[in-house]
Amino acid sequence: MEWEVVIGLETHTQLKTNTKIFSGASTTYGAEPNTQACEVSIALPGVLPVLNKQAVECAIQFGLAIDAEIAPRSVFARKNYFYPDLPKGYQISQYELPVVGKGKLTIQVPAGKHSEAYEKTIHITRAHLEEDAGKSVHGAVEGMSGIDLNRAGTPLLEIVTEPDMRSAAEAVAYAKKLHELVQWIGICDGNMQEGSFRCDVNVSVRPKGTEKLGTRREIKNLNSFKFMQQAIEYETQWQIDTLEDGGKIQQATVLFNPDTGETRAMRSKEEANDYRYFPDPDLLPLIVTEEDKARVKATMPELPEAMKARFEADYGLSAYDAAALTASRDMADYFVAAVQAGAEAKPAANWVMGTLSAKLNAEEKAIADSPVSAQQLAQLLKRIQDNTISNNAAKQVFEALWLAEGEVDEIIASKGLKQESDSGAIEAIIDGVLAANPAMVEEFKAGKEKAFNALVGQAMKASKGKANPAQVNEILKKKLT
Amino acid sequence: MINSSLINSSLTQLSHMLASKQISSVEMTQSFLARIQQYNPTINAYIALDEEKTMAQAAAADARIAAGNAEPLTGIPFAQKDIFCAKGWKTTCGSKMLANFVAPYDAHVISQFDAAGAVNLGKTNMDEFAMGSSNETSYFGGVKNPWDFDRVPGGSSGGSAAAVAARLCAAATGTDTGGSIRQPASLCGFTGLKPTYGLVSRYGMIAFASSLDQAGPMAKSAEDCALMMNVMAGFDARDSTSLDRPKEDYTRGLNALSGDQPLKGLRIGLPKEYFAEGLDANVAKVVQDAIAEYRKLGAETVDISLPNSQLSIPVYYVLAPAEASSNLSRYDGVRYGHRAAEYDDLMDMYMKSRAEGFGAEVKRRILIGTYVLSAGYYDAYYLKAQQIRRLIAQDFTEAFKQCDIIMGPTAPSTAFKAGEKADDPVAMYLQDVYTIATNLAGLPGMSIPAGFAANSGDKTLPVGLQIIGNYFDEARMLDVAHAYQLTTDWHTQMPAGLE
Repeated sequence: MEWEVVIGLETHTQLKTNTKIFSGASTTYGAEPNTQACEVSIALPGVLPVLNKQAVECAIQFGLAIDAEIAPRSVFARKNYFYPDLPKGYQISQYELPVVGKGKLTIQVPAGKHSEAYEKTIHITRAHLEEDAGKSVHGAVEGMSGIDLNRAGTPLLEIVTEPDMRSAAEAVAYAKKLHELVQWIGICDGNMQEGSFRCDVNVSVRPKGTEKLGTRREIKNLNSFKFMQQAIEYETQWQIDTLEDGGKIQQATVLFNPDTGETRAMRSKEEANDYRYFPDPDLLPLIVTEEDKARVKATMPELPEAMKARFEADYGLSAYDAAALTASRDMADYFVAAVQAGAEAKPAANWVMGTLSAKLNAEEKAIADSPVSAQQLAQLLKRIQDNTISNNAAKQVFEALWLAEGEVDEIIASKGLKQESDSGAIEAIIDGVLAANPAMVEEFKAGKEKAFNALVGQAMKASKGKANPAQVNEILKKKLT
Repeated sequence: MINSSLINSSLTQLSHMLASKQISSVEMTQSFLARIQQYNPTINAYIALDEEKTMAQAAAADARIAAGNAEPLTGIPFAQKDIFCAKGWKTTCGSKMLANFVAPYDAHVISQFDAAGAVNLGKTNMDEFAMGSSNETSYFGGVKNPWDFDRVPGGSSGGSAAAVAARLCAAATGTDTGGSIRQPASLCGFTGLKPTYGLVSRYGMIAFASSLDQAGPMAKSAEDCALMMNVMAGFDARDSTSLDRPKEDYTRGLNALSGDQPLKGLRIGLPKEYFAEGLDANVAKVVQDAIAEYRKLGAETVDISLPNSQLSIPVYYVLAPAEASSNLSRYDGVRYGHRAAEYDDLMDMYMKSRAEGFGAEVKRRILIGTYVLSAGYYDAYYLKAQQIRRLIAQDFTEAFKQCDIIMGPTAPSTAFKAGEKADDPVAMYLQDVYTIATNLAGLPGMSIPAGFAANSGDKTLPVGLQIIGNYFDEARMLDVAHAYQLTTDWHTQMPAGLE
């Protein structure tokens, strides 16, 4: 039987606010345990929550960015359960009425082994504000478990999708797109190692062509895209194998073990929780007016979709190129800076997405930390454009720029990469090649087009790669006809 | 200094004594502490005293008075219900769970009294987590009603009530979730006011039922309550349900009352449901006499109906426990409060700590609350109760179209004997039958001494008249109460044997 995997994501994005969602305690990561735990974070008797407006603005920004309905009235609820790192014995979250309603995000799924690259729209069900819990710390105190409440009360926006994704590649493409978007609009630092962006993935399988959703299992707390890919692929296969062996899938929460590459169900007891949600009487309903939305909108940067459309219109870039360049704000900024420094758009796009991206990936560097600046790249492209260097020579210049060996023109001079454009000199080289290869000349004259290319190659070789290929072509053609 | 004139003085009189240097705050405070030494071992009104802290505040108040920047309450000693966190003070909420908890911060109400230069005499006894109507659920033992030591002072603010009635403080603070200021005020014969929900910040006030809890003054007279309201009420950004409205002077109308009929034009609504079955006949007589007195003062009475009022108790006993079950989850033995001495694992630690730390009534309400919020029951109980809560509030909105103020009994009976209702929760819950609806509606309610009624014993016991106002109508309620207190002397009477 052919199977289809159905995937939905719940992503906890930690909002980049200065203080916690319901108190004035700092949210800075990595402080000494419990030094950022005020009386509200500790849940002392008598303390009360006060909603952080900055967190609300982050949620509104996100809603606007995914073209979602922003609830004029949303409600904070208490999710009741006991856990040592949950100081109040309940988490304040939004349950029935979230601040952000239905929205959508267009993703670009890259080409795979058996598939072309394509775009797909993922529907977002809702996004709601809630507070993070603290952390249990094991091993810090001899023979005991410690509790660090620094993180307790950190604002989170939980973003939930519809079960729209049909492969691990789509899920990862969505997660990456979302990851870029929240950083693009500046509401999340995107640091997955520090837990600023955590994904829970719901996976189920069903016979291809059927409508009814299979029983899902939720893979919790994936903190890298690589693990997400592995976890979904493993989980999908496990579910298919289980069903094909005549087994049944039990709804469960599973954890991914990066060491074994396997997913494993947590204790089923966790599932038996009745959270007894009810509206938090300590907080008034959150009211968002049209004015609030307009005010937040005015502070937002140009969104990737708008920028993509602008790149297509203003620079004549293809939809694919424009999408790739706007995949991250840093890449888009780099491209724009290169164009502003005088580079032509199309070659700049090619270089940013091609040579530069490949090099950055190979060296595991972010584009914001690129050793080759946008201005340097622009200068390099100008030298290609004005025939000072060939494309091949340009690659050598790029490598030298990467190693900080100097500026573009210095490198061209010091490495002797300036291409030969003197037609007299090129003629002399071609004459030599023709004289040395009479057989090829004969073949060409007999109608073998390939021989022409071979002669060009010989001429380039004789010029040590410095001859302007276009001129070589032109002069050779003239001499042979 | 004659002790009896001191203890029976109004806040205004005490303030004058301090301002005119007839007495220092240190001397005044010492007088009250001496009375506490004498009577508290019997009455058990206070559960935390800290003479050093108290006297330091008195000395600071004297310095402030000498410097000429005293406020009306500067130097006057108050009792604080042990539900308010006060920095450096043991703050127990009447529970074993917090028996050793020393608050590291001040509740808003405490800060307000501190800023006014008031002196904190100590923390008063209360029903555990404010759950009770007799003060018998306190981990620290019951409180004696100063009018009859065999009887309860009411609750949950029973310690503050007894302290005011026995003159162990100039006045006290209380909190009222279903009647916890007014019912003890009725049973102990003094004036107590539960303000409009949101008027006094709940920050630092240990939560019982967040949507109902409200702090207020407990004092000898309406005038004293008005002075305390000036200190207690006001916007606080740390409480999201605190109302951001201009500060009021609650004493502003008190001196404007004049003539034989100072309340001419006032329409008093009398809800028929408040004079029906269940009300003690002797209590009813006292309340009717008080209303007759109001007619003499120029008011007219209007018969009104609050048709959903009989649903108040069932609605309250769904909503209050629901909120309480969640509010009390933080007492888990992890960070502070009682933790069992021995346990096997985390779950065992939770269960033993909470089983040992909470008393029977608190456990009962946690169970009720957990039940009504459970999946499958939420709609039938919690949601339905919220709907009825709106109907109850609507009853009052309709009623206030016909009248300016509502009057009736505060409690169905006078003080009952200790132990009399301790084993019958429903009988105990009915103590708040006339007070709960105002909490559900968020309205202000008051109880003032209206006389004495004979009970099962040979003594007569205080009876309170309840005054319910529209939202933010505290100033008018205080005026109405004050007008009565200008022509009657019920509020000046104190229990025999405590002079």
